[in-house]
Amino acid sequence: MLILVNMNTCFGIWPIIRGCNLFMLKFYDVNFRYENNEKYLIENLNFQVDNREFISIIGPSGCGKSTIFRLITGLEKADSGNIFINDENINNLKGYIGYMPQRDLLMPWRTISENACLPLEIQGKNSKEAKSEAEKLLEAFGLGKYKDKYPKDLSGGMKQRVSFIRTLLTGSDIMLLDEPFSALDAITKISMQEWLLEQWSNLKKTILFITHDVEEALFLSSRVFVISEKPITKLKEIIVPAGYPRDRHVLNIPEMMDIKEELVNELKQRVEL
Amino acid sequence: MKKYSSSIIVIIMFFAFWEGLARYINAMYILPSPSKIIEKIWILRESLFKVHLPATLLVTFLGLLISIVLGVALAVAMSLSENIEKALYPIVVVTQTVPITALAPIFVLWFGYSIWSRILVTILMTFFPITVNVYDGFRSTKREMEELLITYGASKKQIFLKLKLPSALPYFFSALKISVPLSVIGAAISEWLGSQSGLGYFSKRMMTQLDGAGVFAPIVILSFAAIIFVIIINVLENKIIKWRNEV
Repeated sequence: MLILVNMNTCFGIWPIIRGCNLFMLKFYDVNFRYENNEKYLIENLNFQVDNREFISIIGPSGCGKSTIFRLITGLEKADSGNIFINDENINNLKGYIGYMPQRDLLMPWRTISENACLPLEIQGKNSKEAKSEAEKLLEAFGLGKYKDKYPKDLSGGMKQRVSFIRTLLTGSDIMLLDEPFSALDAITKISMQEWLLEQWSNLKKTILFITHDVEEALFLSSRVFVISEKPITKLKEIIVPAGYPRDRHVLNIPEMMDIKEELVNELKQRVEL
Repeated sequence: MKKYSSSIIVIIMFFAFWEGLARYINAMYILPSPSKIIEKIWILRESLFKVHLPATLLVTFLGLLISIVLGVALAVAMSLSENIEKALYPIVVVTQTVPITALAPIFVLWFGYSIWSRILVTILMTFFPITVNVYDGFRSTKREMEELLITYGASKKQIFLKLKLPSALPYFFSALKISVPLSVIGAAISEWLGSQSGLGYFSKRMMTQLDGAGVFAPIVILSFAAIIFVIIINVLENKIIKWRNEV
């Protein structure tokens, strides 16, 4: 028992001893296949994400992007290999992730503030406290006047903002956003992307963002992971040649245009018509 | 009120036709006119409203109450465990294939003319829609929503209380709207078959006396009672489920 405790402390301070950043998320030799499938969907996958990075995962639909998220959230279990968050195996954790699904999934019977405070309620906070905390955050995000409205009264973009705030209230340092803007119209989408980038730099969170929109990925992220093969054995990494803060003009830099062209071509090849 | 204006016109026409036809046939013991029925209700108001209506309502309420408790409990059990669902669901369906009017004499045999034989008939008629509807309500929850709660670290109990229960609420109200009129019918039928009080019993007694208006009078009261209950449930539903009318 004593040895075990020591081991744990070692793991805890190990990165500090090395003097480098904590890896926020780490896949270590992960294998996975769905129950009734013979073939592995993910084979010996390794990758890591640093603290406060904004990473996009891009790939054609059906390639397994969402499966990676399902593994991180623990909704699916890896057949072998390990996934670490903050050097802690996710099998030992509970409620460790802020997952924002594609559709807003707000509960129609709860008001906006009651929806936003849901993760806090699950964590065991009493509902009054949870609600007032959510209201503070809604206020800060300019949604204060909607707190007592129901989801049906809000536009698509606003619902996604509420969903984002709800994800924030999980208190997790790492957020998984699964194509959150794919159902929005083009103009709303652009303003939501800018809004998200602003929130990310203020909040100092690590974000993993799934998308199939090349421009969206390049505009938002510091690195882009491309899924281009099946089974997924590695993620092709593209470092976006632009710093933060950035605006939409970065998409017009020649270097960026080249990467975009290359990415579109690569993804196009994978699409089976 | 405008919403109902056309149906009110149809109803008025129907009763006017009835009144005319009944006066033309002029055999009040077979086809009493609406005016005669109302007159009869007025004459018999003492025993109708003070003795027989309360007796029927007591059976209705007790039967419905037990049905709700039983139906919701069954639905909860079936939604919590697939094995329980597999074991109980077919049985629940089979109870509905049994002709309840034929069972009622057996209940009378068991419980005599006590209130319990009547309540049992009412329960048998009303618990099924409640069980099935509420169970469907529990199942109507989106898988994705449940998964989202799991990523928040929700326990099975929390998923039930925060997701399944509220999702089932509209289904519960739909079930009530079906069950309330059924409970009135159940109570009346059971009184017909074996009882010494209640509107069903009253109707039967009037029939043996060839008193047409006397047979109709309790039926009118039962109908109005059922309509009033459904209206009450509608009002409650609109109060509790404010978020409904979703696009």
